[in-house]
Order: sequence, then structure tokens, then C-alpha cells
Amino acid sequence: MFEIFGIPSQALFGQLLLGLINGSFYALLSLGLAVIFGMLNIINFTHGAQYMMGAFLAYLLLHYLGIGYWAALVVVPILVGATGIVIERFLLQRLRGLDHLYGLLLTFGLALIIEGVFRNYYGANGQAYEMPDALTGGHNLGFMFLPNYRAWVIVFSLVVCFGTWFAIEQTRLGSYLRAATENPTLVRAFGINVPRMVTLTYGFGVGLAGLAGVMAAPIYNVSPQMGSDIIIVVFAVVVIGGMGSIMGAILTGFALGIVEGLTKVFFPEASSTVIFAIMIVVLLARPTGLFGRGI
Amino acid sequence: MRRPTGALAAGLTMTVAVFLSAAAARADDIQVKLGVLTDMSSLYADDTGPGSVAAAKLAVQDFNPAAHGMKVDIISADHQNKPDIGANIARQWFDTQNVDAILDVPNSGVALAVSEVVREKNKVFLVSGAAISDLTGPKCSPNTIHWTYDTWMLANGTGKAVVKTGGDTWFFITADYAFGHALERDTTAVIQANGGKVLGSVSVPLNNQDFSSFLLQAQQSKAKIIGLANAGGDTINSIKQGAEFGITAGGQHFAGLLVFIGDVEAMGLKVAQGLVLTETFYWDMNDATRAWTKRWQVDRPGKFPTMNQAGVYSATLHYLKAVAALKSANDGKAVVDEMKKMPTDDPLFGKGIVRADGRKIHPAYLFQVKSPAESKYPGDDYILKATIPADEAFRPMKDDHCPLVTN
Amino acid sequence: MASLASVPEVDRQHEGVRSEALAAVILVAFLAAAPFMLYPVFVMKALCFALFACAFNLLIGYVGLLSFGHALFFGWASYLTAYAAQSWAMPPGIAIIIGTATAAALGIVAGLVAIRRQGIYFAMITLALAQMMYLVALRAKLTGGEDGIQLPSRGRLFGVFDLNNELTMYAFVAIVVLAALLLIYRIINSPFGEVLKAIRENELRCVSLGYRTERYKLVAFVLSATLAGLAGSLKAILFQLASLTDVHWTMSGEVVLMTLVGGLGTIFGPVVGAFFIVAMENYLAPFGQWVLVIQGIIFVACVLTFRRGIVGELAHWLRVKL
Repeated sequence: MFEIFGIPSQALFGQLLLGLINGSFYALLSLGLAVIFGMLNIINFTHGAQYMMGAFLAYLLLHYLGIGYWAALVVVPILVGATGIVIERFLLQRLRGLDHLYGLLLTFGLALIIEGVFRNYYGANGQAYEMPDALTGGHNLGFMFLPNYRAWVIVFSLVVCFGTWFAIEQTRLGSYLRAATENPTLVRAFGINVPRMVTLTYGFGVGLAGLAGVMAAPIYNVSPQMGSDIIIVVFAVVVIGGMGSIMGAILTGFALGIVEGLTKVFFPEASSTVIFAIMIVVLLARPTGLFGRGI
Repeated sequence: MRRPTGALAAGLTMTVAVFLSAAAARADDIQVKLGVLTDMSSLYADDTGPGSVAAAKLAVQDFNPAAHGMKVDIISADHQNKPDIGANIARQWFDTQNVDAILDVPNSGVALAVSEVVREKNKVFLVSGAAISDLTGPKCSPNTIHWTYDTWMLANGTGKAVVKTGGDTWFFITADYAFGHALERDTTAVIQANGGKVLGSVSVPLNNQDFSSFLLQAQQSKAKIIGLANAGGDTINSIKQGAEFGITAGGQHFAGLLVFIGDVEAMGLKVAQGLVLTETFYWDMNDATRAWTKRWQVDRPGKFPTMNQAGVYSATLHYLKAVAALKSANDGKAVVDEMKKMPTDDPLFGKGIVRADGRKIHPAYLFQVKSPAESKYPGDDYILKATIPADEAFRPMKDDHCPLVTN
Repeated sequence: MASLASVPEVDRQHEGVRSEALAAVILVAFLAAAPFMLYPVFVMKALCFALFACAFNLLIGYVGLLSFGHALFFGWASYLTAYAAQSWAMPPGIAIIIGTATAAALGIVAGLVAIRRQGIYFAMITLALAQMMYLVALRAKLTGGEDGIQLPSRGRLFGVFDLNNELTMYAFVAIVVLAALLLIYRIINSPFGEVLKAIRENELRCVSLGYRTERYKLVAFVLSATLAGLAGSLKAILFQLASLTDVHWTMSGEVVLMTLVGGLGTIFGPVVGAFFIVAMENYLAPFGQWVLVIQGIIFVACVLTFRRGIVGELAHWLRVKL
């Protein structure tokens, strides 16, 4: 154990680790938002509620069907993504051509409905979700104690984030997506079913939120307000990163998580507001965000 | 055919007479309305909530209003742990629904807000759920009686016991509102008076779900005892998540300053075993408490009553007796004065009194949570370690700083 | 890009004034009779929210900017009013002025940051700013955190009128709110208001005509914030309590809902919307969390099929301006 700036290494690396984990969730969620915004030009306010649904579905699957964590990692994003597809197909499509703010209002309303329904059945309490056996326990690394599950969260988030980035930026399907964002009519003329792509993209973005929810279940209590608590921070992350780029969303998410963790060590009272303070600074200096392309 | 006018007339007359006498009786009946204002959906719902309503109903049943020429109604509402919602419900209940007394109110912030509204409207407030000792201290009121327990009692029970058994360095994880701060304050006083030291503390938002960074800070402080100045869901989460970070493996211990049997049941004995706690009621204490618990469990199967819920029963019973003696519930202050004059007696808390500052006095008990092996049946969770007699369990009146107590 | 609340301007000025004047008369008559028919505290609460919604509507209905963080001004004005009345022992009139001034100051600061972006970004920035100030309120000593600030008494207005008397308080609230509504009406129908509407329709064209649109938007923002603060200050005195609920994002969402339901870009829409939502919440209070669900359903329904809102639909049907 050694000290850095008067803080014991155990505390510093412990908080950094927690910050990196928070950052993983910020990155996953802002990635989903960026993908959806890129395709539909809609801010998906429901994202937080869909994240919460992911966590609750994992809990319900375990408690009523005995389906464990590993299966949930696959099943839940598909289920949540499916609800997203339904929302897009039957509700969001009607708002095509209207002011984008209506999309924000609609998704806000949906978020209230979803959170209200879960609150009705579960109150404001958290439900416990057991950690999968394979990932319990941890390793004492000398300068800090590393719980296994939290290490897994970081690794898996990185894999998912970079996998998504690769798929969108480097593959042909991704190139169709990017083209459809820029000029849907032309892409349609090439015979590509743009509306279906839009629907599926929304479903994918929402599925990412659901995946984040499953991963959150064992470490954060599964509670109906977990989504609304985190989504506003993610909005700030997205404003800082700039909504244009996928890589920007990922990097900003992880970076801000780390910054938050460091703040907890050196200046704990400011830790909950530091991300918003950074947002203000970025807005004053570079209004389109760090990686944004301007709108 | 003979017209049965005679029989008809007699029957009608009798019916009318019965109705008139019943109506007359109803007009004479003293109407009393009780409002159970509690947490129905959040972190304190299991420890108070619907169980408190069930306890109030049992009290009304046992009091037998008809025999006293009274009619008693109970309504309830969820304050959601928000002072503005609690105060607004209280105000509306008084203004539009003729409520005479408010019961329970867990969450000290809400209790403080409601206490002011009750004082303004001259009604009665019987606090069973909230803990803040200021309710019989600087914030005491002639319309409020603080039942069951308070932060001073908890500090002197659990706090003192832990310090005396060697836990002399503390780090607090405190719920960031009136209750948490009061509990930390009262326990710090006890720690320092017994030669201990507080190494640090951290304030956590109410109903927080992730304690990991706060637990890390506690770990970093190297204090022997991590004092949990929180309750309900917050306490459960702190202890459960502490296990994940190897807190107890590292030699530190949790002191649950406010733990209810509902929390122990939720955590499970495997996690909760060894915890020392102070309560004023335990369902398995004696035959009277066991019998009452059986009746209460009809409404709440599978659960065990906490001291808060038992307190609602005891307070309601005593209130109704006072109203019967005065033959009216209209003047809140008068009813409270009557409750202070009459000694209390009920099967759950035994004999006690209500002091001039509004503090209900009864003995307190130091319990330790059993291990899974020691527990023989569901709910068999506690071993009685010590009994703190009534005159020592609560803060002496001279230390109150309560404006009602003249000196 | 079609703006959110382009209510087609009915090109009959006189008829417009006639219909609005009639509506105003109906409103005043209703308010005069209300405390004798309904629970006065309920009507006063609805009036405070009506003012809050009208202030919000100034921004969205007439400038086209959707602020998702208006609770910031409402809540912090309420905190400062309560704090002034309690810790500085200020009489209610002064406390309300202090609260409103706080909202104005916050409006300037928030406006300078937020006006830089438009549309969705503007909404998200206002939301984030409000959330930041919520988190500050959670920890600050000034606000009392979870416990809030409580006032033992409403005080005496100008040293003469005892506001603890329900009717006196009601008269005070009704007069202030009506005066503020009149002010908003004058702002909208002034040359300044015309420029705002022009900015809403096509900001680029406005800039090309030589208007410093940033300045106009900032002034409108600060006006909106100040009036929202006035509503918050009144509410603090009314309920003798300032708490976290007033700065929470759900409060921001509620005012959006009220304006949407009532009718964006109409004078009386927010008033009707506020009464509707407050009444609904009152009625549904025993049903706990269903209130959230129903609010969400109303949001979705309004956005999909009822975009003009109650008053907007009425105005459209009657072909008048309201």
C-alpha cells in the first residue's frame, strides 16, 4: 500500500475502479442514445426506463422462471429490444416529419408510464438480484481489492462498445446505416428498406439499454427509479461528447466515469455534480461538444 | 280477507322506533377519525406501512367504541417520504375530512413538518414511526406525543453497548436527512462520553441503492466500527454490499443503530447474525405479545410486527381511552394533556407513562440477532442481552431543551 | 422546420381581443366564486401552477424553446422565499420579492449557457442544469435537504393582512396571478412579442433582418424564469414549506404536461391545463403511483392526437384566438 497525493492507494484505486464501472454504464447508455439519435434524430428519453426494464426482466426471469444471469444476458436485450421495435413501429413513426421535440415529449411520457407501472408493483424499494456464482468473490491485488463481478462489467462493456463501433463504422451494414442517416431517399432508391432499418436500429439501441440493465442488476439494486436517476447524467455525457459520433459517446462515457471517481476521492461533495459542471464548461467553450459535428 | 292493518301498523311503528333510537344513538355517538400517515411504497414500507394500519385496526377493535358511545373510523395514506406530501395530506385531512389524530409517520423530516401542521390546527399527533429525539426536545409541541423510541434511546442502547465491548473508533454512514443527522449526533455524544472517537462520517442520500463508494471510504478510515445511522432499506443495502467488499473480513464491524425485525427477516440470519440492536418490543417476548402477533398476522401473513407497528397499537388505544374520558376529540391539546395524566397499560409495552414533554416512557431491550443454527422457528431472531429500565432508557427531561418543560 | 406551436394566427385582430377578453371575464368570475365552492387551498395551488405554466408557455409557445428544467427557477425561488421568511424573518412580501429575484438571477446564468443551442439540445441542457441544481439542493445546508424548509406561519402582508386567513391569502394569490397573466398578455402582444414570434417561425430570416435574436431569446428566457420564480415563491408561502419536490425533474415534466394539455401558445391554455392536472392529481391521490402512469398516458395521447391541447382545440373549433 502506498500513497498518492496523500490518499492511500487502496482508496484511490478503489474509487477509480468504481468510477470505471459507472463509466461503463454511461458509455453503454450514451452509445445506445447516440445510435438512436444518429438514425432517428430522436432523443430517446425512455432509455432510462428501458435500462430499468432490463434489470427487472433479469430479476423476474430469475425469480419466476429460474433463468439465470448468463441466459438473461442474451434473452433480456432481445425482449427489451422487441418492446423498442413495437414503440418505434406504432408510436414514433407517427411523429415522422414533425418537430423533433415531439419525439422527446413522447418518449418522456413513455418513460413515466413504464416507471409508474413498475412503481405500482414494487414500490420505491430495491429488489436484490444475486450475483452469478462464477463471478462472486474477488482478488486482493495488494494496492486494492478487486471484486470479480465488477472487473467483468468493465471488460464486457468495452467489448460491447467496441463491437458496436466496429459494426457501425467498419462493416457494410453499418455503412448502409450511416448512409440512410444522411440521405434516406437516395438510399431507398437503392432498394434498401430504410423504414425497417430505422425500426431495427431503434430496437438495437434499446436492446443495448436492456443489456446495461442486466449487467447492473447484481451490483445496483433493481428499483423502479434506477433509470431516471441515471438517464439525466447520461444526457449530460451525451451533450459533452457531442451526438454525432459513436466513438465520441463511448470515450466520453468512460472518461466521465473516471473523472467522477477521482472527484469522489479528492472532493467528495462535488462528485454528483461534477459531470454537469463539466457540461457547462464544454458548452461555453465548444458548444457542439467534444466530438460533435455540429447541428 | 282480513286486512292485517293492526299487525302492519305495529310492525311499522316498531321499525320506526328502532330507527329513531338508532339514529338518536348515532347522533349521541362521539365521532372520531384516525389517519394513519405512513410509508406504503418505499424503504420503510415493511417496517411501518400496511402493518401500522393493521395495528391501528386492532387497537380500535380492542377498545370497543360502541361500549363507550363512540364511533371510530380509520383512514390511511402514503407520504412517500416527502415532507410536502405528508404536510399536504395532513392539512387536507384536517380541513376537509375531520381527522382528529394522525398516527405513525415514519421519516423524521415528514414528522417534523406534520407536527407543525398539527399544532396549527390543534389536533393530535402520535408519532410511532419517526425517531428524531428533537420531537421531545427543541421541537416539542403540546399536540404531539412521541411513542415507541427515539434516536437518544438508540444511541444509549446500541451505541453504548458497542463502545463498552471495545468498539471505540467509529466511522458513520449517515442518511442525509433529519433522522440520520440526529442519530449520528446522539450516538457521537455517547461515544465520546465513553472514551471513544469518531474518525469520520459520510452523508448518503435517502433511499440510496449503491453504497459501494461510501463503504470504500469507511474501509479507508480504518475505524473498528462502521456506524449505520440509517434504517430500513438503507441499512439492509449497506450491510449486504459490505460483504461484497470484504468489510467484515477486513476486521471491521457494522453497528446497525436502527434495525427492525423486518430488516433482519429481509437480510436473512446468515447476513444479519451477531448484529446488536435496541428495540422496545419483540413479538416473542411473552404470551401477551405472541397472542397479539397472531391476531396481527391475519392481515400480514408471514411477517412479524416491528416496534413501530406495536407502538401504533399502544398509542391508538391510549388515545381512545383519553377521548372516552373527555367525551370529546375536538380539542387536541386537551386530549394530549389527558393522555399525559393517565398512566398507560397495554399488552405490548406493559405499564408506562407519558411525560410532560410528550415522551412516552417504557423499558428498552438490547437484543442480539441469532445465528441460523440458533433459530428454531420462523421469526425466532433475537436473544435478549439486557433490559434497560424505563427511567434510564430515555433522555432525562432536564436535558430536553423543550419549551413546554419550564426550566 | 415547423416549430412546435405554430398556431395559425387568425387574421381578425378585433375578434381576437373580443374572445380573449370574454375568456378573461369568465376566468375572473370563476376565481371570484371558487373559494366558496371549492377547497380554497386547492384553488390556490392550481393558481400557482397556472402561473408557472404560463411562464413556461412564454418560452415554448412564443419563442419555440422547450425548457425541460423550469423546476430550477420554481424550486429555488421557493427555497429562497422560505429561507428569507424563516431565517431572516422577512415579511411575506419581501420574501416573495427575494425569491423572484433569485429566479431572475438564475435565469440569466442558465440562459447564457443554454441559449447557445436550440431545439433538442436546449431541452437537454436545461434538464441537466436543473438536475445539477437539484443535486446541490440535496446537499446544501440552506435548503434543508430532504427535510426542506418549514414556515411556522404565513405572516402578515405589508404588516396588515394576515395571510393565515384562507380568504385573505386567496385574494392575494388570485390578484398576483391575474396581474402576472396580464403582464404576459402585454408582453406577447407588444413589438417585443412580435419579434419573439418571428424568431419562433424562422430565426434565420429574423437574423437576416438585423435582429440580435440571441438577445431577444435571453430576455424572454429571463422573463419566463422570473415569473416561474414568482409562482414558486407564492407556493412556498401558501404551503409554508419548500422542499426537494419543487426542484425535481418531475416538476419540470409536470409543467410541460400542464401546458401541453392546456394548449401550447395560447394565453389561457396553461391555466386550464394547470387546473386540470392539479385536479386530476388530487382525485387520484389515493391511487398512489398510478398518477405517474396516467400522466405518461396523457403525454403520449397529447403528442399523438391532441397536440393543440384543450384550449387550442376549443380555439380552433370556434375559430377564435384564446
